[in-house]
Amino acid sequence: MVDIQQLFNGLSLGSLYALFAIGFALVFGILDRLNLAHPAVFAVAAYVGIDLVTSLSISVWLMLPVVFVVGALLGLVIERVAFRPLKNRPDAHFAGLISSIALAGVFIALLQGTYGPDTHRFPAEALPETTFTVAGAQISLVQVAILVISVLLVVALGFLVARTRLGRGMRAIAENPTAARVLGVNVDRVTATTFAISSALGAVAGALFALNVNTAQLGMGSAIELKGLAVIIVGGMSSLPGALVGGLLLGVAEVFTVQYIGSSWRDLVAFALLFLILVVRPQGLFGKRKVREV
Amino acid sequence: MRKTLTVATVAAMALTLAACDSESSGGGTDGELVGEGSGADCSIDAPVPVGAALSLTGGAGSYGESQRNGLELAVAHLNDADTGVSYELRVEDDQTDPRQGITVFEGFVDGGESVIIGPTLSNTAFQAQPIAQEGGVPVLAISNTADGITEQGDFIFRDSLTEGQVIPQTVAAATEKYGLENVVVMYSNDDAFTESGYQVFADSLEEEGVQVADTLTFSVDETDFRPLLTEAAGQDPDALVVSGLIEAAIPLVTQAREAGIDVPIIGGNGFNNPQLMADAGDAAEGVVVGAAWNSASDSPENTEFLAAFEDEYGHQPDQFAAQAYAAMTIIDTAVRHSCSGERTDVQDGLNNISEVPTVLGSVSINADRDVEHEAVVQIVEDGEFAVLD
Repeated sequence: MVDIQQLFNGLSLGSLYALFAIGFALVFGILDRLNLAHPAVFAVAAYVGIDLVTSLSISVWLMLPVVFVVGALLGLVIERVAFRPLKNRPDAHFAGLISSIALAGVFIALLQGTYGPDTHRFPAEALPETTFTVAGAQISLVQVAILVISVLLVVALGFLVARTRLGRGMRAIAENPTAARVLGVNVDRVTATTFAISSALGAVAGALFALNVNTAQLGMGSAIELKGLAVIIVGGMSSLPGALVGGLLLGVAEVFTVQYIGSSWRDLVAFALLFLILVVRPQGLFGKRKVREV
Repeated sequence: MRKTLTVATVAAMALTLAACDSESSGGGTDGELVGEGSGADCSIDAPVPVGAALSLTGGAGSYGESQRNGLELAVAHLNDADTGVSYELRVEDDQTDPRQGITVFEGFVDGGESVIIGPTLSNTAFQAQPIAQEGGVPVLAISNTADGITEQGDFIFRDSLTEGQVIPQTVAAATEKYGLENVVVMYSNDDAFTESGYQVFADSLEEEGVQVADTLTFSVDETDFRPLLTEAAGQDPDALVVSGLIEAAIPLVTQAREAGIDVPIIGGNGFNNPQLMADAGDAAEGVVVGAAWNSASDSPENTEFLAAFEDEYGHQPDQFAAQAYAAMTIIDTAVRHSCSGERTDVQDGLNNISEVPTVLGSVSINADRDVEHEAVVQIVEDGEFAVLD
């Protein structure tokens, strides 16, 4: 019965990785930019979420849409401050990468200034305590919610990109920004919207992560940052399904390493496995050589 | 005891009155710190200057605040008792920063302090203590539990029990209480403090003949323990034994209870923090942790301390305040040993501390300049630490 429990632990953890990584993948896929302020949004959302629940005593479920909006606003700030002023530089990819690291530092410093360096937690009574027993495994409502919310958001994003006018604009920009502008796509607005959606997803991931372990720390973003990057590299950089599958795979790999090999080897085995995938499929699970997709 | 104190008080009052005129402002200078008489009858003209380097701001700010309260209360008690020796306490903030700790220590060495208390964190202590050792000023550490603190030199003492002293008593008490046969050990293996705590746990468990079914490691900033706890539950242990910091302790305990693990969780010093009950709520029930100070002790010293502290500050003291309070009792005894506040005489006095009644219990200082007294094993019951018995 341990297996089902661990499988579920892994899927729940992995879906958080996926939700976080998909923000990276979205911006990279459409705009060819790596937004390293994304982990800071993850941390800010966790603190803001806890603050909302603590000081306004709203339910944790109501907190999530609010955090989604806060994340979207942060995404707009990131685009406006860290990326747009540099977009015409010949080294815009690299410059944006660096300026987003700087902005992440600013976010974390503001976070520390506002909330202090201590670990923050939800009030004990605010956390849902419901647990289900499925085939002998103890599964908490929060874990189920994480899995369901993450997968739903990823599917909704997939629908948005594939089927809506906004999505068509995104794909056009991904193909060729200049041509998209010539064809009447409002490139600046679509770019800003892409950042907003990306950060909103990262923010929900941060709030769910804090809910999952009832802990928000200033360093929580940098802890997940490398995992998020690994997930999108394995998934195929810009592929949304790739990020989903990559995230779940990393989560499950970590958990089963604990079970079958040993807890000390967790990161080593999980990352070695991802490396192995890249050796077999250098373009990533869902990546296509040379052709970029959203 | 009471009688000698009264006699001493009367004698001391006369002497103190006489001493008032000759007293210089600030710390004593040569000669003034050497008194007459010995032990309870000792009388020193000038107040003995005591420096305390505490982390009043920064990460360890809450500990330093508590320590300052304990020290100020103790000094007020000693001075009010008017028994011939008085103390002048100077508290400086090391800002939880080793560099600032060095500066503060230099100030005390140059400022003529007879003895230095602190600093709050072991990390700062390792950097600042050599200054005092070199300057020949005795140091009494009041909250440092790391190995090697007193190995820095023959002027360095401490009144805080180490993990190596507390954990074996914790394991022995828990083994007897719960009849432990088979446990799972978890610890963060990338932190010096928790790693050394784990070593002591492992040795103590072996000593007690308890089987370790599995040893699981986690990173010091880990917060999701579900995979590890699922693994631990599979071994059907009699208890979980955990060496981790409070940051890990809270989610670990919460997730363990959520996963249906209801066995006792035995923690290291990282768990000895009321934050555990505040943040983990009901999940903290049944956590067993050793501590240096038994807040529920009904010794006369402790009863008086609890009442006086509550009266002065409006809340109950914690272990940091108790260890700080005890430090002044120990220093007072050491000063009276040679009836002198000279640095080397205080050092000599500290070397001769034996079975002194304090709020921590009967305290001795051993040949390694480390404190020895009985630890207390606590269990969380109804949201509070209670004595495990």
